Amino acid sequence: MSDIQYLAPTTLDEAVSAYSGAKGSAHILAGGTDLLVQMRSGMVNPGLIVDIKKIEEITSVKETEDGVFVVGASVSGMELANNSNFGKTWPGVLEALNLIGSTQIQGRASLGGNLCNGSPAGDSVPALIAAEALLTVQGPNGRREIPVKEVPVSPGKTSLADNEIAVSFSFPSRPAGSADAYLRMIPRTEMDIAVVGCGVSLTIEENTCTRACVGLGAVAPKVLEVEGAAEALIGSQLDEDTIENAAEACRACCNPIDDKRGTIYYRTKVSGVLLKRAVAIAAKRAKGV
Amino acid sequence: MSKLHISTIINGEPEEFLCEPEETMLDVLRDRLSLTGSKEGCGSGDCGACSITVDGSLICSCLMLAAESEGKKIETIEGMSDGETLHPLQQKFLEEAALQCGICTPGMLVAAKALLDENPDPTETEVRFWLAGNLCRCTGYDKIVRAVLDTAQEIREIK
Repeated sequence: MSDIQYLAPTTLDEAVSAYSGAKGSAHILAGGTDLLVQMRSGMVNPGLIVDIKKIEEITSVKETEDGVFVVGASVSGMELANNSNFGKTWPGVLEALNLIGSTQIQGRASLGGNLCNGSPAGDSVPALIAAEALLTVQGPNGRREIPVKEVPVSPGKTSLADNEIAVSFSFPSRPAGSADAYLRMIPRTEMDIAVVGCGVSLTIEENTCTRACVGLGAVAPKVLEVEGAAEALIGSQLDEDTIENAAEACRACCNPIDDKRGTIYYRTKVSGVLLKRAVAIAAKRAKGV
Repeated sequence: MSKLHISTIINGEPEEFLCEPEETMLDVLRDRLSLTGSKEGCGSGDCGACSITVDGSLICSCLMLAAESEGKKIETIEGMSDGETLHPLQQKFLEEAALQCGICTPGMLVAAKALLDENPDPTETEVRFWLAGNLCRCTGYDKIVRAVLDTAQEIREIK
């Protein structure tokens, strides 16, 4: 006999009340690709598992008439890839999510899970930050929206209170000439943990970059927004010197670990390389060439 | 805590079982329902030997709680052949010796079937990417990939 309880509520109110009632011993189950591994290895021992996949708002993708996408926190990589419009507007977010794990993992892994797992190397997080996505969370006192960049705190820790549930991501509408891209470096060709991950979102109007945002992963205790890189890019024509300045801003904010996947020197250097390549891809997409 | 009572459909047949809240789908398939075709290689979603489909979507059954299968349609390797008649993929794996020890084979077949259901004409690259979550330490993958491509061609020709 086990002491664990499993609930699969159909409404958000029920889920919040069960989750907050457990006072920190509850874990949210979205795709389970992190949670079940952590339970098996003894890293976490939940008193209560709240499966949120029967809640419509958390499992659906909506596009409003003014071009805002709202993606439920537990929508899987496969489901988001099958949405006919999302990847056209946010190719970088989609490619970041779709890089996580195998086909089987894609059947379950979600943006909400990747963000709330709190890994500094989560692939979708730099792309979400670059996209300036907002996370809607709900707790006993109602809802609030948080910019994704304010969610990661340290390895395994987020700024969500222990009674708040991630509900959905909202992606702002954007003008023509906008696109994003995500690149990561791993020591093998597929299915590994990022040594560096870089997300870039750009708007280009009449050859000038008018809006930019950069997210950088796996080079610090949490995924970072690199404001210095965005400042370098905005107002420029994305010439070589500008992009080198943005790359330097990325290198300057690195505070990585030194491990078997990558040394401090390597991770720092590669952050600049990926920035340049991701800017090139996003710019090409934004110009539609 | 008392056990959970779960109603689901496995390989087209209604199935009911009792399980503990933390039991995985793989454990229930193997230990409670005697469907031992799905294998446990790693238990952490890396090897794909426990691949099944849930409402048509390919997943690792070791990373799913059995309780989550309430009301879902589960397909396992046991549902792949039509009685004694093997699925074309199973037949081709035999003909082309796309297996050696056999531990990865149920997962490979379930994953390959999910691919061909979605994309009847995959390229070799698409087959290799799709099956990247199914590890095989015997074959070196070449015979598996070839068997999947040959099956796809055969199915297209029949249709």
